[in-house]
Amino acid sequence: MPVLLDPQRLWGMMLRHWYLLRSSWPRILELAYWPTFQLLLWGFITTFFLTHSSWVAQAAGVLISAVLLWDVLFRSNLGLSLMFLEEMWARNLGQLFISPLRPLEMVGALMVMSFLRTIISVTPAALLALPFFDVWIFDLGLSLVAFFVNLMVMGWAVGILVSALVLRLGLGAESLAWLGIFLVAPISGIYYPIDVLPDWLEPVAWSLPSSYVFEGMRAVLFDNVFRWDLFAGAVGLNVLYLIFCTGVFLYLFGVARKRGLLLQQGE
Amino acid sequence: MADSSHQPDGIAIAARDLEKRFENVTAVGGISFDVRLGSVTALLGGNGAGKTTTIAMLLGLLVPTGGTIYVLGTDILADRHTALPRMNFSSPYVDMPHRLSVYENLLVYANLYGVSEPRDRVRELARDLELEAFLNRPLGKASAGQKTRAALAKALINQPDLLLLDEPTASLDPDTADWVRGYLDDYRRRTGATIVLASHNMAEIERLCDHVLIMKEGRIADRGAPEELSARYGRQNLEEVFLEIARSRNRAGAAR
Repeated sequence: MPVLLDPQRLWGMMLRHWYLLRSSWPRILELAYWPTFQLLLWGFITTFFLTHSSWVAQAAGVLISAVLLWDVLFRSNLGLSLMFLEEMWARNLGQLFISPLRPLEMVGALMVMSFLRTIISVTPAALLALPFFDVWIFDLGLSLVAFFVNLMVMGWAVGILVSALVLRLGLGAESLAWLGIFLVAPISGIYYPIDVLPDWLEPVAWSLPSSYVFEGMRAVLFDNVFRWDLFAGAVGLNVLYLIFCTGVFLYLFGVARKRGLLLQQGE
Repeated sequence: MADSSHQPDGIAIAARDLEKRFENVTAVGGISFDVRLGSVTALLGGNGAGKTTTIAMLLGLLVPTGGTIYVLGTDILADRHTALPRMNFSSPYVDMPHRLSVYENLLVYANLYGVSEPRDRVRELARDLELEAFLNRPLGKASAGQKTRAALAKALINQPDLLLLDEPTASLDPDTADWVRGYLDDYRRRTGATIVLASHNMAEIERLCDHVLIMKEGRIADRGAPEELSARYGRQNLEEVFLEIARSRNRAGAAR
């Protein structure tokens, strides 16, 4: 019986990206820089709105929590996509796939390392929110875990899809790593409720797990209620998207083997 | 599970009617060959002859448009993951990450190949291949010779039964190239491994190989031991044989 996910091969791939990450302090600092920058920007906007907006005043942490959770989604997606791009930039895909490494093992290892990168990215900003703005996101309790996991998984799904497309289209399409996730940002209801969107756009928004998460976050912060219906919607869609995107990746990996793309990729 | 029903005993690679087309271009045009266990076989041919494409298909990295390949008793097109732990490959055209040190790269690949004591194996190879002086240097800062030795170490990390090498001494100075050839010869003698190498270097092939497949325009133009080929064409050495075949228009395909 063939082993589909071998722990030692997963560990080997994780080591590869851990070594890469630790080889550069600027790289690690940059991971934390953008979320912290975003936090400060939105934190001060929140401080202003607290005295000028009755909506924000009802839940002081709503924009700050939104920015931190958005970064979970963004970093999860970007982390996975960039690590895959690293293999293409390093012309390492050929070496990897003449080893016994399976495509699913690579995806699994990139997921784990993307989780680690996301923790490194958002933890400093989450901690700084307390002294700067008196917001402690961990007050969300277990609902924070539910939001975090759903956004991580959605980020992975988008990252896997982007990796598959870049494998097929080549490095000329590498900007998809950034474009893909920003495409969903305006319709995910990160900073405003979904019903702000035009009627025709709302069904599109409700097809995204992120919309359920951010609506769920507002339900906790404004009404102190954990909406299980929204949680179930996010989980259901995430399962579908993860299966679909992994399927696309495996299919396009097969196409790459037919077209000889694994040997040709590189700068 | 390995299926040896299509592979005769004593054969490491059995390729039949192997073909690869890219749209209207035929890179490899229906070749058949066997590689004996424990032999060193050369794929010899000019640029674009189909050597690298053939090696990529043997590795399962490229899916052929036709034909069958059995490697170490396994149908590589149906189940390459059974054979891959027993194979390895090195080429100057397929890189390893430059930002990782030589040690880190080797440790990563030791884990990918399922080596049981990865750190011990890396240290052993570092000693054997004289990598110790630059083991902790980023690969990107190593010299061409050091990179080649690191790539060779990666190719030997799992002590492969089948080693595929694409131009193993390209861009090396004569001293380093000679050292690499000596090491490969020694490895084959010690382990009984089968080696397939693609090369343009006739002296290298004459020194290392007991069988040669001469490729031209995606087909096998001729085959045999180096001395047999020289005798058949009435030439002094393999280079002259190669030039005659490369410049002839009608021989290609005659020996398929």
